Amino acid sequence: MSTSLKGENAPEIAAYNFAYLDEQTKRMIRRAILKGIAIPGYQVPFASREMPMPYGWGTGGVQVTAAIIGPEDVLKVIDQGADDTTNAVSIRNFFRKVADVETTTETARATIIQTRHRIPETPLREGQTLVYQVPIPEPLRFLEPRETETRKMHALEEYGLMHVKLYEDIARHGHIATTYAYPVKVEGRYVMDPSPTPKFDNPKMHMSPALQLFGAGREKRIYAIPPFTEVVSLDFEDHPFEIQKFDRPCALCGAEQVYLDEVLLDDRGGRMFVCSDTDHCETRRAAGHVGELGAKEAAQ
Amino acid sequence: MYVAVKGGEAAIRNAHRLLADRRRGDRSVPALRLDQIVEQLGLGVDRVMSEGALYDRELAALAIVQARGDLIEAIFLVRAYRTTLPRFGYTRPVDTAAMLAERRVSATYKDLPGGQMLGPTFDYTHRLLDPELAEGSEVPEPELRDEAVEAMPRVSDILGGEGLIEPDGAMPAGHVTGDITREPTEFPMERDTRLQALSRGDEGFLLALAYSTQRGYARSHPFVGEIRIGEVELELEVPELDFPVTLGRIRVTECQMVNQFHGSAKVPQEFTRGYGLVFGQSERKAMAMSLCDRALRARELGEDITAAAQDEEFVISHSDNVQATGFVEHLKLPHYVDFQAELDLVRRMRAEHEAAHGGGERKEAAE
Repeated sequence: MSTSLKGENAPEIAAYNFAYLDEQTKRMIRRAILKGIAIPGYQVPFASREMPMPYGWGTGGVQVTAAIIGPEDVLKVIDQGADDTTNAVSIRNFFRKVADVETTTETARATIIQTRHRIPETPLREGQTLVYQVPIPEPLRFLEPRETETRKMHALEEYGLMHVKLYEDIARHGHIATTYAYPVKVEGRYVMDPSPTPKFDNPKMHMSPALQLFGAGREKRIYAIPPFTEVVSLDFEDHPFEIQKFDRPCALCGAEQVYLDEVLLDDRGGRMFVCSDTDHCETRRAAGHVGELGAKEAAQ
Repeated sequence: MYVAVKGGEAAIRNAHRLLADRRRGDRSVPALRLDQIVEQLGLGVDRVMSEGALYDRELAALAIVQARGDLIEAIFLVRAYRTTLPRFGYTRPVDTAAMLAERRVSATYKDLPGGQMLGPTFDYTHRLLDPELAEGSEVPEPELRDEAVEAMPRVSDILGGEGLIEPDGAMPAGHVTGDITREPTEFPMERDTRLQALSRGDEGFLLALAYSTQRGYARSHPFVGEIRIGEVELELEVPELDFPVTLGRIRVTECQMVNQFHGSAKVPQEFTRGYGLVFGQSERKAMAMSLCDRALRARELGEDITAAAQDEEFVISHSDNVQATGFVEHLKLPHYVDFQAELDLVRRMRAEHEAAHGGGERKEAAE
């Protein structure tokens, strides 16, 4: 199945396969994904391809999605939790163009959700796949820049350095000073980078009924968390893992216990806090939930 | 020997003639005009102006044609020209908050005063070759807004209002701004001259160094506070007049990187800055520059210096591509005399070695 990316009249010198990648590349990526699922949290090297968007824009996630997507899938793409951020729009349009699939902003309707930096607030269900865009897959990278060393450390399950780092945080700051890309241990074996999601989202990874796939294009790594896998954020008995708490609800929909974005209203300190997950916020507002500013808007 | 020199002259003359021929290419294809390059290869022109350190689009275009599209060669041509120009003064500091911006994005705030404005960016294009371009198809006019732009305060100033970010860098009292084109480089440098060197440093080199900081070699936890591209006004103080004279406008790209900073012995915990400013539209260069600037402030902020990107001497000494290409490529120049001396030395030492150890070992080494 091939797709022409140009209009009817354009010269036909470039035709692309369904979902952009050729079938052999897809098979290669699927093998890496299967290996990743078989060894949860283990970083599987793969022959990452050049993609028509730059490294850092989610080439790993796009490759994973391209390898698993079929004509029946319904795709949702979010960046920073929102469907309307430019890069999410761009990637969604890309798959609409090259795979002609149905897209959605509703978390519940999607079969594949590609994400950068967030996990949706709506709990995922069995049969859904969450594809993460990963910039630096190696959780030990900032403790040891050399890949040869970090792979050895994973092989020997030598994670002392990470615990020392977390301990040093506590010694210096009184608490662990990592707020996003907070390291987790998967199924009691591999320490894994959850991609730069806020640690707020870490608990959602634990025992999730959905399949979680991670793609890092520039670093050429794929890893996975199969459904119903134990995912534990690293901590200490006397300093247990904690997520961020906001001292106010979403200004638009009044949601509590969700992750909020800070929006500047002027240059004199005016600001508001709103749901980072736009679909969650819209769904709540459609259901009649109103926040502080939402109430004002309605009154006007 | 005399014969060889004559042969050299002829060889150079013929080589230049051949070069001119190859540069022109097939005579049945129309020659490139400078306005075509200025208009249609604008970002290449910008890079040549930026690293050539001379704001003149037409000259940069000329350099590009003359260099057959080799941008470092074109930069060299522009540098070699600019160095002949008299320096008649220094403009007042440019106010980038007053920029007539065509693009302005912040990665730290979803929305902010003045808004986010994508402008003419490749960012969300899909890199699919467009066969229609080869056909020279018509391009529709862009959408332009008519209403006046609302004020666009710099993100660093917004953060500064809350005291969360360090103040804009200050120089010691009585410090006269340096000029790397007029004074020899000395280490350690002040930030003013260092920024000048970075601004005309090689894009690829700074990009690689910036990248290394992201991958753990002197990590600086960066956020793009703001990138803005647009025109700024240049003003010159003239001794005879008591008001600054406007010289005109130039297009620049500015990047303010905001970096997480956990504090050190010298400085309390706050956000710190990395700064990038280059001629024309070159976001990659401005961003790389700001990451390098932040990394190079390690000494000032009391951070451990562990990586290449933090080593001022290493970075600044190697960032100038005209210098670098010159020294690397000079190796193809004749080195007969030195080589001869080396040959002699090696031969002598081998003879001494053989005399001491007999001939057997040499055979082994050859295996």
